[in-house]
Amino acid sequence: MRRSMLFLPGNNPNMLINASTLGADSVIFDLEDAVSPAEKDAARILVRNTMRYMDLAGCEVIVRINSVDTDYWRKDIDVILPEKPGLILLPKTSTPEDALTAASYIDEAEERFGIPKGTVGLMPLIETALGVENAFAIASSCDRVKALFLGAEDLTADLQCKRTKEGREIEYARTRLVVAARAAGVDVYDTPFTDVNDDEGIVVDANVAKALGFTGKASISPRHVEVINDVFSPTGAEIDYAYEVMDAIALAKAQGKGAIALHGKMIDAPIVARAERTISMAKALGMDRREGNE
Amino acid sequence: MDIQKRASAGTMESSDAYIEIEPGNGALQIQIESVVEKQFGQAIRVAVEDVLKGYGVDNASVHVVDRGALECVIRARVETAVLRGKGEA
Repeated sequence: MRRSMLFLPGNNPNMLINASTLGADSVIFDLEDAVSPAEKDAARILVRNTMRYMDLAGCEVIVRINSVDTDYWRKDIDVILPEKPGLILLPKTSTPEDALTAASYIDEAEERFGIPKGTVGLMPLIETALGVENAFAIASSCDRVKALFLGAEDLTADLQCKRTKEGREIEYARTRLVVAARAAGVDVYDTPFTDVNDDEGIVVDANVAKALGFTGKASISPRHVEVINDVFSPTGAEIDYAYEVMDAIALAKAQGKGAIALHGKMIDAPIVARAERTISMAKALGMDRREGNE
Repeated sequence: MDIQKRASAGTMESSDAYIEIEPGNGALQIQIESVVEKQFGQAIRVAVEDVLKGYGVDNASVHVVDRGALECVIRARVETAVLRGKGEA
């Protein structure tokens, strides 16, 4: 479960060693924008050691490597892959070939390190206009792609427009990525809300992302993590409804009925699937009020 | 393989360590400055020596300024300094 993903600079020991205490479901150790070219070597080793020696229990580690048009990304994978990050975030993925280039190298690296093939997933970071237009092709380019990730800062620079809190300029990209990811059967994560001091803005922005269908949302500040977790957690009413759906399905099955209604609305397969996801998430979060009574 | 040139890694920030390494005079010399030297000085030395040994470095002068770094951080900074000193970074 990844409701929140928190970026942490890859060459900052103070932040890396505290990664698991910041409340995020996942942390993204950043080897790209947060690290100057002169410190890429140091950051790789520091991130590797943090993953190898620190107990980051309950917190998934994702690593943002450098893009495939740099001289750094292969070395990033060579050093990081043995620590088996939950995902590798690949910046500036604009074409399926970009994703396949990285995936192919990860294939080789997994074999070299004796890691079962397909262990480490790939999450293309879509942050160019071309990437948005190629989103479905990227998401479905290979089995290693597990999710798409929207990066609005670089995208708006590429679009030659201003990044705003309201986010009108990224509406198309957001919806396009959600549709592309869902069509490909993978998850999709929303761009960070970058005003770390706007406690109301993050609530609005996270709710927009959830309403559009994003799986979760990234953050550049620990301050935003709790809000994001709240927004992307099921509410008590959603959990109750999910159980009503499952109860209705069970009853219909026992009575041999094919079609059923709940509160005057037909219950079909997508509603059941959503109810199952809600209950599964509630259980994982310890929010399942029926647990132990079944 | 010996250290080829003077190199450094890390920072003076809290929870970090700053390492300087340079070609030695026929032996290994390790100097440690740490606010927790009384309690952890020996452990820091062992960690530094272990990384140097792993890279076959036995002729170098190493200066460690520890700012309360965990062992994994000290090891990372020493490794980076060694690779830079060998010209392999």
